[in-house]
Amino acid sequence: MSSDNRPSAGVPIGAVGKHAVLIFFTALSIVPVLMILVNSFKSRRAIFSDPVAFPGPETFSLIGYHTVFVRSNFMDYYVNSLTVTVVSLVLILILATMIAFALAEYEFTGNKLLAMFFLLGIILPVRLGSVSMLQLMVSLKLVNTLAALICVYTAMGMPLAVFILTQFMRQVPREIKDAARIDGANEYRVFLLTLPTIRPAIATVAILTMIPVWNDLWFPLILAPAPETQTVTLGAASFLGQFLSDWNAVLAALSLSAGPILALYLIFSRQFLSGLTAGAVK
Amino acid sequence: MPGSVSAPGKRRFPIHIVVFIAPGAVIYTLFLIYPLLDSLRIGFFGNETDGGGFVGFRNYALLLFDPDWSERFRGAFVNSLIFFFINVFVQTPVALMLAALLANKTRFSTFYRTAIFVPAVLSLVIVAFVWQLILSPVWGVSRDLMGLFGLAQFFQPWLGLQETALTTLALISVWQFLGIPMMLFYAALLSIPEELTEAARIDGASSWNVFWDIKFPLLLPIIGIVTLLTYIGNMSAFDVIFAVKGPLAGPNFSTDTLMTFFYRTFFGTGFQQPNPVMGGAVAGATFIILMAGVAAYFFLWQRRVRSYEL
Amino acid sequence: MKLLKGLTLGAMASALLLPTAVVAQDKVELVIESWRADDLVIWQDTILPAFEAANPGIDVEFRPTPNTDYSTALSTKLQAGTAGDLIMVEPFDFRLQMYLDGDLANLTDLEGMENFSDTAKSAWSTDDRTEFFGVPLAAVLHGWIYNADIFEELGLSEPTTAAEFTALLEAVKEDGRYTPIAMGTSQDFVPGLLGFQLIGPNYWKGENGRAAVIDGSLSFDDPAFVDIWKELASWGPHLVQGYQGVSYPDMQNLFTLGTSAVYPAGSWEIPIFNSAVDGAFKMGAFIPPAVDANGECFFNDHMDMGIGMNANAKHPEEARKFLTWLTSEEFAKIWADAMPGFFPLSTHAVQTDDPLANTFASWREQCGSTPRISYQIISRGEPNLDAEINRVTALVMNGEMAPEEAAGVVQEGLASWYEPQQGN
Repeated sequence: MSSDNRPSAGVPIGAVGKHAVLIFFTALSIVPVLMILVNSFKSRRAIFSDPVAFPGPETFSLIGYHTVFVRSNFMDYYVNSLTVTVVSLVLILILATMIAFALAEYEFTGNKLLAMFFLLGIILPVRLGSVSMLQLMVSLKLVNTLAALICVYTAMGMPLAVFILTQFMRQVPREIKDAARIDGANEYRVFLLTLPTIRPAIATVAILTMIPVWNDLWFPLILAPAPETQTVTLGAASFLGQFLSDWNAVLAALSLSAGPILALYLIFSRQFLSGLTAGAVK
Repeated sequence: MPGSVSAPGKRRFPIHIVVFIAPGAVIYTLFLIYPLLDSLRIGFFGNETDGGGFVGFRNYALLLFDPDWSERFRGAFVNSLIFFFINVFVQTPVALMLAALLANKTRFSTFYRTAIFVPAVLSLVIVAFVWQLILSPVWGVSRDLMGLFGLAQFFQPWLGLQETALTTLALISVWQFLGIPMMLFYAALLSIPEELTEAARIDGASSWNVFWDIKFPLLLPIIGIVTLLTYIGNMSAFDVIFAVKGPLAGPNFSTDTLMTFFYRTFFGTGFQQPNPVMGGAVAGATFIILMAGVAAYFFLWQRRVRSYEL
Repeated sequence: MKLLKGLTLGAMASALLLPTAVVAQDKVELVIESWRADDLVIWQDTILPAFEAANPGIDVEFRPTPNTDYSTALSTKLQAGTAGDLIMVEPFDFRLQMYLDGDLANLTDLEGMENFSDTAKSAWSTDDRTEFFGVPLAAVLHGWIYNADIFEELGLSEPTTAAEFTALLEAVKEDGRYTPIAMGTSQDFVPGLLGFQLIGPNYWKGENGRAAVIDGSLSFDDPAFVDIWKELASWGPHLVQGYQGVSYPDMQNLFTLGTSAVYPAGSWEIPIFNSAVDGAFKMGAFIPPAVDANGECFFNDHMDMGIGMNANAKHPEEARKFLTWLTSEEFAKIWADAMPGFFPLSTHAVQTDDPLANTFASWREQCGSTPRISYQIISRGEPNLDAEINRVTALVMNGEMAPEEAAGVVQEGLASWYEPQQGN
């Protein structure tokens, strides 16, 4: 088997097989997603009589998109979802970086215990705490505000972010920090000095924390169901009926709602890998 | 190994540590840990009908030994385990294979890995809809596809049969999240220094041997982490089952997992009234099961593979 | 990163500092909690504007939750005190406990409640029928909808007995071009609700049989019930291949795309089918055929939707005003026009001009009617009767459980906690 891919005399059979496997899995991942997009441009009858067909002159229909734009304030939903996602992400990055620095840098009593404490949050199913959480939001007067969602998502994203960022913070060479300390820098300045090292992790943390936030239906439903605070996922779900879902509208709304998160993913995906490279093997 | 030299400045109270940790810890504790623990707490109390007082582990005992509860609980536990095993034994090898192919200086690897990760970005409503459409016996998408390979007669309504529904749902979950372990393995493979494999190659070892003898042992720590995350994620599987099968997890409870069982008990469904105290016990039991997995990872796996670490 | 920071600062400022829910001070806002996302458009465009025009001081918002999350979201919001003032309530034991727990208000003396029959009100009342907590909104009727073009093509006519129905299925199967019944068992509620509850009343003799089960004189292992499961088991060969994996939307589409002769319907399908079929073929409806030629006929006439009031409503006065409006003739007319197939429950004489809906309604003159058998009193324990009926009926239709065994399982489950059944 050849490990390089310079065109040599005779294409190695291994390379063909390799690409065949990768193309197979790429198709397996992408084709169902394309089916959603393609069907969102078809009439209801056409979706179900031939789900794999592309829309033709007979079957092409924008009725789903029409319904979505007439029946819901999709632009407002976008703004809400983006606000919640981006603010949560920034808060997670700032707060988790500080924690990660402290956990990686200082030996103090309870350090290990604290690290374990921050893992608790990914072990327990969050829905479990719904009632207490809503009561808490009521007493803080945060119901039907985006701030409620931001608080919950920030807390939810913390464990994974702390976990990944701690790995990065451990890689900062000791000499840099000690040199700064000798020059009289206080601990906060030392912290700022280490920040450039976590840059590659930002994309990783971003991708892994944004996706569940963007797609979440439950917390918007109970914490912020008011029309002014609806997110795209909640907006899309309003077309799911008891006996008949308006599949045209659902598919259109879902295609629209997947757009920004896919775009954000593509933007970050170039960096995604570098974050994992340092964070993964430790 | 990560630096763990004790930091300077131990003389005074290290207020800066508090400054670094407190803001995040407060939000995390207030908005996540407190509500969760508050809900677990009720698992130790009685129903309104029996006074609502503290009952210790009585609800847990009911769950384990009262036939009205234990049968469903055991069923849910076994199904969760099956769900987890299917994920581990399908997702992990496939992800590893894809990562190995990608890391082998493959052209277009950025395209491939970006595409394979896409399903993980999607909301579950999309995933549930599209797979129900593809697997439906009515519209013939899978039957026709299998027909291309002469396999049409093997088509079954997998999502509807007791014997296959759980496996099918687990495979849909594998499909959705395959990209995550693939990326983790890929990143780990890339971080293996060239020199380690170069020497073997010069000695004439095949790619196959290089992978299994040199790279694979170095991947063991990340395989452990992925397995742990898979355990946590799949022992508490809920979304895909709820979206396709609803809270009753049919047919005949064959797709009932710990979390669908919890959901039915805690929130009620249809005419079944909510039973928060038993729901709290189910959640507590699930938590213990998950913690057992985490403990097993730390004490059995991580110790053993530590010697391989770079 | 710069972009991110810029975005963030702007977003943070607007998100964190501006609480939403900005309502004009002089207007009272009422929110209706509902599981019926299906009807959002009708409430927004037709019903609520009519009320708001007459009551300029009140704004009403219809806020549906996806059906599958309704119960959970509602009870969570009620516990935390954030639920809307008006709450759509499912019938009978679905929400009785919520009233007994003090989450729903007592509406017994609501002005306008006299516009409903006792039967209509009974779906949202205490067992002794002295207290009422829901304004009855609509009933749905169960029956078969058929593709009249296929019937004409194959020379079939509406069956009136079970034997004729079987012959009809055979004839369609014989012809081979169409599926006899558009039905699948992938979701448990389909076999239970659209199979068992659809044909059952003929076997248990309607309201008498339902009352007999509740008082303990008729049990589920009685031959009458076994026969229901036997008939359902016999449908298997008449369903589409792979019906075990056919979901509810699938079966709706199967029928509306014109591939099947009959569909086990509820009248709620009428508006859905009207728009989905869109004149592609003619539809008709027939009542579930009687067990034998001399037998009386019975069908399922089911109180389906009501609206109650949050016991901790912020604007109880306005909420009651709205509820009283729901009892009026004006509302009944709007509703009947907008929602064919969801029959108004008030005593005002209102008519719809939908022929299919009128066919369903005409059965009330000919046959005995009864609500769903498992919805009152006998689903209050564990194992839950309604869920058990759904579960075993799916197994019976899939050929994985014998009718006699299904009857035994259901009876044993009920008798395990329901005292009146324990002597049997």
